[in-house]
Amino acid sequence: MAEFRLPANSRIREGNTHRAPGAESSNNLRRIRVYRYDPEGGANPRMDTFEIDADQAGPMILDALIAIKDQIDPTLTFRRSCREGICGSCAMNIDGTNTLACTKGLDEVKGDINVSPLPHMDVIKDLVPDLNHFYAQYASIEPWIKTQTPTPPDHERLQSKEERERLDGLYECILCACCSTSCPSYWWNGDRYLGPAALLQAYRWIADSRDEATGERLDELNDSYKLYRCHTIMNCTATCPKGLNPGKAIGEIKRLIAEREV
Amino acid sequence: MRNPNRPLSPHLTVYRMHQLTSLLSVVHRGTGVFITIAALLLVGWLMAMAAGAEAYATFNAIAGHWFGQLVLLGVTFSVAYHLCNGIRHLVWDTGRGFELSAVYRGGYIVVAVSILLTILVWVVAYAGRF
Repeated sequence: MAEFRLPANSRIREGNTHRAPGAESSNNLRRIRVYRYDPEGGANPRMDTFEIDADQAGPMILDALIAIKDQIDPTLTFRRSCREGICGSCAMNIDGTNTLACTKGLDEVKGDINVSPLPHMDVIKDLVPDLNHFYAQYASIEPWIKTQTPTPPDHERLQSKEERERLDGLYECILCACCSTSCPSYWWNGDRYLGPAALLQAYRWIADSRDEATGERLDELNDSYKLYRCHTIMNCTATCPKGLNPGKAIGEIKRLIAEREV
Repeated sequence: MRNPNRPLSPHLTVYRMHQLTSLLSVVHRGTGVFITIAALLLVGWLMAMAAGAEAYATFNAIAGHWFGQLVLLGVTFSVAYHLCNGIRHLVWDTGRGFELSAVYRGGYIVVAVSILLTILVWVVAYAGRF
């Protein structure tokens, strides 16, 4: 049964307000409300408000978070690496939808900017969620090529242009977990439902002309929880920061399983 | 598996649930539950009919009360919406209509058609009364 309320230790308190030095004279003062949780001390999470001069920071939400960490509170904790939308580290909930902080502009959000960790996940600290289960689910779909036939002795396993094109829109997934944690079905059944990210990855191998384990892969997914907790809500596709379509990939898996049974 | 010693990050309270994708899904679930319960009204109507003219008249009086009509209006819209959105799901099952633009277009069509169907049913019902 879905638990709609946050557990007692997860309810959010109002936190503190901090202003960056020199921000008073700013013509472009932005208020950023950030979810904070310190695992030491046992206090509940809180929403801190930071006011920064957006003209002094870079253009993206990630730049603002870095400015806060630099100028106001060095304990603010978040994951980031590539700052160009290819590593997926800075995935978080910004202004009500999941996206990458490095590709979301400050000017894309009006008014106060609310930033919280990816939804319905265990929080390790501040904006850092525990992704262990998410990665275990990815591993469970066996994301590697599986073959029966021997490797050709004198060349690679070749694909036609058309066969390669079928992987477009699939191989670009960076496993940032924005889609899975946007999915209400994943919130309520994430322990057993694989979620859009892992299922899009599963389809990436099903659609690969070189992979020879399609039947086994479909057998493995043909499960009322792993696959069929998808109710085509489509929050996944609406939120994907890479513009991919996990909902369509899941639909393709369902269609392949249905066609196999007629 | 959850670690209950760690806080759970906020979900329903922070996510933009009124975006069309999740909103229509919630309404589909809600109308499904509602029309299942409302099926009892149909049973009640049949039982009243079997129990004789007096019971049938009582049932009709309750159903004809403004609140009874409001519930019936809810039932009409719920059946219409659940039917239309069910067809939308059948289209998805064929592997079509997954592009985000098509998801939104289909969603708006479903809402518009279910409102039109509801109006049509009530116009016919009221026209038949006089």
